[in-house]
Amino acid sequence: MIHLLRRLGFYVLTAWAAITVNFFIPHLMPGDPVQNLIARQQGKTSPQAVEALRVQLGLVGNQSLWSEYFDYWGKLFHGNLGTSFSFFPATVSSVLSAALPWTLVLVGVSTIVSFIVGTIIGIVVAWRRGSWLDGIMPVATFFQAVPYFFFALLVLIVLGSDLGWFPISGGSDQGLDIGLNGAFIGSALYHGFLPMITIVISSIAGWILGMRNMMVTTMDEDYVLVAQAKGLPNRRVIGYAARNAILPNVSSFSLSLSFVVSGALLTEIVFSYPGIGFQLLGAVQAEDFPLLQGIFLVITFAVLAANLLADVVYAVLDPRTRQEG
Amino acid sequence: MSTTEIAAAPGALPSPAPIPSSARRRVVQIPRSPKILIGLGILVFFVLLAVIGPWVAPYDPTIAGPDLLQGPSAAHLLGTTQSGQDVLSELLVGARSTVFIGFLAGIIATALSIIVGVCAGYFGGLADDLLSMLTNVFLVIPGLPLLIVLAAYLPNNTSSNPVVLALIISITGWAWGGRVLRAQTLSMRRRDYVESARVIGEKRMRIIGAEILPNLTAIVASSFVFTVLYAIGTYVALAFLGVVQPLHWSWGGMLFWAESQNAAQVNAWWWFLPPGICIALLGTSLALLNFGIDEFINPRLRAAGLSRKAARAAGLPRRPKFGMTPVVRRRGLRPVAATIDGGAR
Repeated sequence: MIHLLRRLGFYVLTAWAAITVNFFIPHLMPGDPVQNLIARQQGKTSPQAVEALRVQLGLVGNQSLWSEYFDYWGKLFHGNLGTSFSFFPATVSSVLSAALPWTLVLVGVSTIVSFIVGTIIGIVVAWRRGSWLDGIMPVATFFQAVPYFFFALLVLIVLGSDLGWFPISGGSDQGLDIGLNGAFIGSALYHGFLPMITIVISSIAGWILGMRNMMVTTMDEDYVLVAQAKGLPNRRVIGYAARNAILPNVSSFSLSLSFVVSGALLTEIVFSYPGIGFQLLGAVQAEDFPLLQGIFLVITFAVLAANLLADVVYAVLDPRTRQEG
Repeated sequence: MSTTEIAAAPGALPSPAPIPSSARRRVVQIPRSPKILIGLGILVFFVLLAVIGPWVAPYDPTIAGPDLLQGPSAAHLLGTTQSGQDVLSELLVGARSTVFIGFLAGIIATALSIIVGVCAGYFGGLADDLLSMLTNVFLVIPGLPLLIVLAAYLPNNTSSNPVVLALIISITGWAWGGRVLRAQTLSMRRRDYVESARVIGEKRMRIIGAEILPNLTAIVASSFVFTVLYAIGTYVALAFLGVVQPLHWSWGGMLFWAESQNAAQVNAWWWFLPPGICIALLGTSLALLNFGIDEFINPRLRAAGLSRKAARAAGLPRRPKFGMTPVVRRRGLRPVAATIDGGAR
């Protein structure tokens, strides 16, 4: 328990750091962000948007930086992330809450699939080291180095445009009620298949390589040798080794998650999937600063929550973390 | 993600060769494993391309020619874009900024990770707690969205400056290396030769510089390679999103234009395939190098990667399933006399 509480404390600290960085970036950048915006858009900025940005950034009046900082926290606790420029007058929170479920489901499902399948492949490759299965390693390396969005483009062209097997954009068919009904779920699965496959294939290599290398090391342990010497069936021996080798893979989950999320955002853009990544592209193109900053915060919180979950899983898997408390 | 990540995990740290003199020799010696050789070969090719690319490009990539969206031909070896620009020239000119930013960000981030990681590991105590916390915070915060926010607020004239870009990319890229280096320094701090240097009364900076750093070479190299890979991927992603000025030629920028002008929909494969393949090849070469260095650090991975034939050549009787993965002595590879302590540290 103490272990988990300590982790929780760390995530709270990280969240504070992210929020603080988010607040200070516009204030500490060289030049006036509002003037920068006007200069970039060459007079296309409406006076309302300029005024909204000034209010947003606390650039009206002569408040001190500190009082602005506390104001910012106050707004944040009310769920107020400001007003979006590009969806004016919608608030950032409403734009994000419409997009977030799509991303959560897409990234969540594909990360779990990728983790489980990748770990199993890693176990098999380590077990049969020296056989043709080692050929998986260079292939995995290549897929790991291909940028997510480029792979997504290829998948989109071959399976979407050329063969026409899958829809090439959107999250579901138009005109369906979004909710837990069969027609919508089926359509969402159909639309989500290509982005999911892309994320799984691009991220699976890390799990395969990590698990394989850890297994190679673990299989040299004495207890594995003893297990085999006792004449236990191979399946159980592998089970013993894998159970111990999987721990670093679980703990590296948190490290890789932010990579996967970044990749998934770009994948969404290629597939015009209606999640956070697609909003991110729109926000970049429209220079919608409040939306950009809101997206940063929401993604950070989601990653922190997922990390906390991974820590809980780790504590369940590894009795040592429980004994400490 | 890479295999060296394992090194970051508790309990999986390979013990470093405890002989400083052999460590110094290893710095010069390039291990001759096929992974490292192939990786280095491709990498050198792209670095050369980055240096000479802009000079050998047949056309000025910014100039729109009369041929619009033509497939590859003798005049345009890789075809042309929607607005008649030569794809090959874009590719050659774009190589420079992509490689340059990748390496510069890699150097800055590695320097940062050495400073933070080694200091945290060596000094311990409060400094360690604070620096580790800083490292972990940077590890968990998702890099790409943070970079996008940062880049979006940059004044217009600086957002396409390669040095500024490399700087902000390295802000999000150092933490991983810092964590690995801290763990490794921690395990070295109490070794006999470090202790004896301390007893003799060597200055702290000299102990770090002369006793500890040389033994971290392999890990620093691996983390540098990984960081360059990360930096290139991130730069490409930023350019693809259009956060970086797309007129500033790079491979990511080419993909930005290809995507925004529907190259995929009109099946202009010659437009978006070359930059993507170049990025993938460059990335693969860095990843191969990284694995090569990993096998160098952890010799059991090396033996596990041998084929049957190579195993026979190395004098191993049979592929063992359990017990020992032998440490293979190969020409050019100094066997690291390491036992991996798989137990809890």
